[in-house]
Amino acid sequence: MHEWALAESVIKSSIAAAEKENLKKITEINIRLGELQQIANDIFKFALNELVETYSDKFQDVKINIETEETELQCKQCNHTWQFKDMKNKLSADEAEAIHFIPEVAFVHTRCPKCGSPDFLIVKGRGVSVSSIKGIKE
Amino acid sequence: MEPRPSVIQTRLKDVNRVIAVASGKGGVGKSMVASNLALSLAKQGKKVGLLDLDLYGPSSHLILGFNPDGFPDEEHGIIPQEIHDIKFMSLVYFSEDKPGAFRGDDVTNIILELLAITRWDDLDYLILDLPPGIGDETLDVISYIPQTEFLVVTTPSKVAFGAVEKLLKILIEGKLPLLGVIENMTRDSSEYISKKVSKLNVSYLGYLSYDAQVEDAIGDPLKLLETNLSKDILKVSKKL
Repeated sequence: MHEWALAESVIKSSIAAAEKENLKKITEINIRLGELQQIANDIFKFALNELVETYSDKFQDVKINIETEETELQCKQCNHTWQFKDMKNKLSADEAEAIHFIPEVAFVHTRCPKCGSPDFLIVKGRGVSVSSIKGIKE
Repeated sequence: MEPRPSVIQTRLKDVNRVIAVASGKGGVGKSMVASNLALSLAKQGKKVGLLDLDLYGPSSHLILGFNPDGFPDEEHGIIPQEIHDIKFMSLVYFSEDKPGAFRGDDVTNIILELLAITRWDDLDYLILDLPPGIGDETLDVISYIPQTEFLVVTTPSKVAFGAVEKLLKILIEGKLPLLGVIENMTRDSSEYISKKVSKLNVSYLGYLSYDAQVEDAIGDPLKLLETNLSKDILKVSKKL
C-alpha cells in the first residue's frame, strides 16, 4: 500500500511543524483527504497509528481526525463545474486506480463532461493535506 | 499544510548522487543522453535509477523499450520496476501513455507525489530526465532536491545554445551544482560551444558525435549500448 508513504509525510510534517512551534508533544492532527485520491480511510489510519508508535516520543494520546473533502472540478474553457463522484463510474478500474496513485492523471483519463476540454482545474478535494495540529508546550 | 515535501529527503537518503539531465532547448537529446547515461552507469556495475520528469512528452520508456504492464508494486510506497538494471519511474505507469494537459500547479503536484511515494532505496545515481526550459519541473527539482547536480545538454546550434545559455546563467546565479555541458549531435568539429561554455566558467564535458545508428536502436537497449553515441557517453560518464 502506498498510503503508508503519504501517512509518513503527514507524521513527519506534523513533527516538523510542532518543532517549529516549540510543541513538546502533539495531541491532535486534523487531516483532510481529497476524494479524488480515493484513499481508504481505514488503511490510512492504520498506517498513521503505526507511525505514531514509531515516533511515540513526539505524541501524547494523539487524536487523529480525518475529514473527507468532496472533489470539485472546473473547466477552464466553459466554466462548467462538476464533482469526481459524477464521473467516477465512467472510469475503468485501471483509470480509477491510476488516479489513486497520481490524482493529476485525471487530466489524462477524463475530460470536461460538458465541452470535452482537457483543460480543467481541481478546485478542491485533490489529495492529502494537514489542516491543523494541536499540542502541548510545557 | 502540504505534507509531501517532508518525506522527499527520506526517500532519497540512500541515493548517493542525483543528476538532472537538463537543457534550455527542446529536441537536443536530453532523454537520449539520460537513458544512455543510465544504461552506461548500470553496465559499469553502478546502482542506477531513472526518473522521467518530462510529464507532457515522456520518452525514456520509448528509448528503453519499456511498455508498462500494470502499476508498480506497492510496499510502504511504490517500487520502480527494473529495466536493464535501471530502476525506472515515469508517469507512463499511470497515464497509459495517453496525452494530458497539466498547468503549473498540477506539474508540481505530480512531481511531489512521485518524489514522496517512490522508494528508490540504495542507489549510486538517480538520473532525472527533465523537460526543456526553466519551468516548473526544473524549479521544483531545485526546490525539493537541492543536492541535484545539473548536466546540461546542447547541440552545436547557435539557436539551441541561445536558450541553453539562459539555463546555465540561472544555475550559475543560483550557485547550483553544475557538472557541465555536453554537446550532442555534433557533425563537424567546431569550438563554438566549448568556447561559449568556457566563457561562463562552466566545464565542457565533451561532444557526442551525430550517430545515424541511434534512431534504429531506439527501444533496444542492448543495441543502443553498441552505438558510437553510447561509447561517447561512456567517456563522459567517467568525468562525472
